[in-house]
Amino acid sequence: MTWLLFAEQTLNGLQQGVMLFLMAAGLTLVFGIMSLLNLAHGSLYMVGAYVTATVTQASGSFGLGVLAGMAAAALAGGLIELIALRRLYARDHLDQVLATFGLILFFNELVKILWGPQALFLSTPEILSGTVDLAGTPYPAYRLFIIAVGLLVALGLRVLIVNTRVGMLIRAGSTHREMVGALGVDIARLYTIIFAVGAMLAGLAGALAGPMLAIQVGMGENILILTFVVIIVGGIGSVRGALVGALLVGTVDTFGRAFLPMALRAVMDPSAADTVGASIAGMSIYILMAAVLMIRPRGLFQAYGGT
Amino acid sequence: MASRRTVVLTLGLLLLIGLPPAALAFGEPFMVTLWSRILIWALAAASLDLILGYGGMVSLGHAAFVGIGAYTVGILGHHAFEGSAVPFLPGDWSGSALALVQWPAAVGAAALVALIIGALSLRTAGVYFIMITLAFAQMLYYFFISLPDYGGEDGINLWQRSEVPGLDTGDPVVFYYVCLVLLVGFLVLAKRLVDSRFGMVLRGCKQNEARLRALGCPTTRGKLVAFAIAGAGAGLAGALAANQTEFVDPGLMHWTKSGELIVMVLLGGMGTLVGPVFGAAALLLLEEVLTGITEHWMIILGPLLILVVLFARRGIYGWLAGPGARDG
Amino acid sequence: MAEPILEVRGLTKRFGALAASDGLDLTVRRGTVHGLIGPNGAGKTTAINQLSGELSPDSGHVLFEGRDVTRLPVHRRARLGLQRSYQITSLFPDFTALDNVAMAVQIRGRSCFGMGRPARRDPTLRDPARALLDRVGLDDRRDVVAGGLAHGEKRQLEIAMALAAGPRMLLLDEPMAGVGRRETRRLMDLLAPLRGEITLLLVEHDMDVVFALADEITVMVKGRAIASGPPESIRADREVRRAYLGDYG
Repeated sequence: MTWLLFAEQTLNGLQQGVMLFLMAAGLTLVFGIMSLLNLAHGSLYMVGAYVTATVTQASGSFGLGVLAGMAAAALAGGLIELIALRRLYARDHLDQVLATFGLILFFNELVKILWGPQALFLSTPEILSGTVDLAGTPYPAYRLFIIAVGLLVALGLRVLIVNTRVGMLIRAGSTHREMVGALGVDIARLYTIIFAVGAMLAGLAGALAGPMLAIQVGMGENILILTFVVIIVGGIGSVRGALVGALLVGTVDTFGRAFLPMALRAVMDPSAADTVGASIAGMSIYILMAAVLMIRPRGLFQAYGGT
Repeated sequence: MASRRTVVLTLGLLLLIGLPPAALAFGEPFMVTLWSRILIWALAAASLDLILGYGGMVSLGHAAFVGIGAYTVGILGHHAFEGSAVPFLPGDWSGSALALVQWPAAVGAAALVALIIGALSLRTAGVYFIMITLAFAQMLYYFFISLPDYGGEDGINLWQRSEVPGLDTGDPVVFYYVCLVLLVGFLVLAKRLVDSRFGMVLRGCKQNEARLRALGCPTTRGKLVAFAIAGAGAGLAGALAANQTEFVDPGLMHWTKSGELIVMVLLGGMGTLVGPVFGAAALLLLEEVLTGITEHWMIILGPLLILVVLFARRGIYGWLAGPGARDG
Repeated sequence: MAEPILEVRGLTKRFGALAASDGLDLTVRRGTVHGLIGPNGAGKTTAINQLSGELSPDSGHVLFEGRDVTRLPVHRRARLGLQRSYQITSLFPDFTALDNVAMAVQIRGRSCFGMGRPARRDPTLRDPARALLDRVGLDDRRDVVAGGLAHGEKRQLEIAMALAAGPRMLLLDEPMAGVGRRETRRLMDLLAPLRGEITLLLVEHDMDVVFALADEITVMVKGRAIASGPPESIRADREVRRAYLGDYG
């Protein structure tokens, strides 16, 4: 095992981590501020991916596609917030689970009607389809692009939360809900905006995932559950926790898949090592989650005191 | 005079007993199979309601225990047919096709897994609990997908239904009555449980767990026992589900199945044991009707669920049996 | 003089820069009513929470009946006989008043997780619960759902539940908060006869209540005890007057 392989896998882990961060940031903000558990967050990711693929294919421009995907996800998010979800903020989590579960069924079926049941594939935009030379090893430029975008978003969110009036309201809103209302802020509008921003980030994640995954119904749920693991590890309601959790989960998952079968080959025959290694690697992030639960049941960082 | 609740329950039970002969007389044998499925999922939903409706634990991974029960039957039957040894067990026991062996094993395995998952998940509460139960269930789902010996994603076939001496479980009507007896048996036991001291603690946990602890009750231990019992009930449902379809695949434990179980509980009436039976019937019949109208029936079901949450919280049983309809 | 049942030594709890308990010392003697008073923000509720186990102190010790309970969880302390009531009533709102007390009786008993016979038809739970409801004057409200009781009645029920658990010592966090004159009278009549049977630590804002009921009073300011003694000496203490009673005129 060379350090180059190690560096390559670290970048892969980082890339998966920032994708998860884009998802986790929206989910954790919406929970931290509105106390809403939104299972349909993955559906917004799916909407982003489908719209990006369609617009990219029609216009030939991936950049345009990504913008359209983000806009579509933000629009879908804003609409479901206005129509249904805002009625659920004061309800218990069970009601939220059930209603957003209903939304998932709706979105999955809607996508099936509009795009059909077969998966779509999107090729990497030409400008990013090459590789970058990293000390003699070629590394896909597109993955580096995702890392850059993810880190930029993280930085942008930090600036937004620490330095702006909206950020002040977000910080105040997650701890002193009533006080923000007393300041004369239009809470309903603030909530819709925050929800749409979270949806837009999910749409961005979906758009960026397009060239790397099969775009299909159900893709949202797979990433949603990984996002939950991120949030459990990082602590709910905390954007910093979401970032740390996402990078940790991304790295553990990538390393597990890359190195576990290899490590096991040292002690058993190769084909068995590959099978056993793959199935343990698939479970590695859940083992990480269980370990965090043992030490810190409320995650590594926790912003919001409620349950 | 009999209360409205007694009337609803008696009528419901009589209808269920009389269903197979009526279905056969009207030339609709398919109804027997459909209703067997309803009884099985009713059992799973009722077991979920023990922790959800009574204990206030929103588990979004209950289908995992159904899956464990189903796979236990599938794996034991598989090895009995092949004559090969069951892995991870001492000795070279080659499984069994007997219901008397398979079903208790399914119940035990599901209870054990529930005990482990519960012990970890119950370190938290509220929204964390929802996400963690979901994540662990999904972990099991991926685990079974990665087991090539048992068909991986494709699942395994049962070569025969579990054998009950003196009964032909292969006959749909016989199998229906087996399911009905097990469901009613489970409901009677569960009713005793929720009325007992243990049940009072469980209900107390839902209302004010901190107060129970302040009174001196180790609530987490009680919730864990309830979680394992609910897992056991789901395991039995899984054993029956495997038998009914004569096939087991990871899809049985996919998280959407857990979501559907919650829907059944809420649709029927949470915090009652009979409610989930009505809920299971309603959801599966609705599916049957809607699929007849359009293959995209989920586009109707999804918004319908949201409407139920927003406007009809009492559930079907609460509506039938009148206000204040509780099992206790 | 009776021996101490509860001894607190150097209890300290910080929330960031704020020390809610700052080296608190407190001795409560068996069978007495001990008042704990102090201005708002003196850290009385924080102190109670550390005594009951809901908060864990940064340093210091809590000894109950000579045993160090500083690190014991809430339910273990409760089982040793250290019970509490809450400033905001804490009941089982969907249960009837009788269910609430029966629940407390049940948990005191040996099989709090029994799965045998129906708990609501068990005379070993229902009879003592009825007797306790009689004692606090709620005998005619037995079958009312707790969430539907009047505020003062909830307080009475709260005390019945605390008593049902068979405590040796009861931590009462502002039992009279938000209660009218007449109900305050009734609650005082309820608490006074407990003296000798149970040790009471009473946190209360109503000075008339504290000076009428307490055998001994400790005054807290900014997380520490500045004075402790019988009511008459506390009334006379100049430092107390300046720091605290003066605020009230």
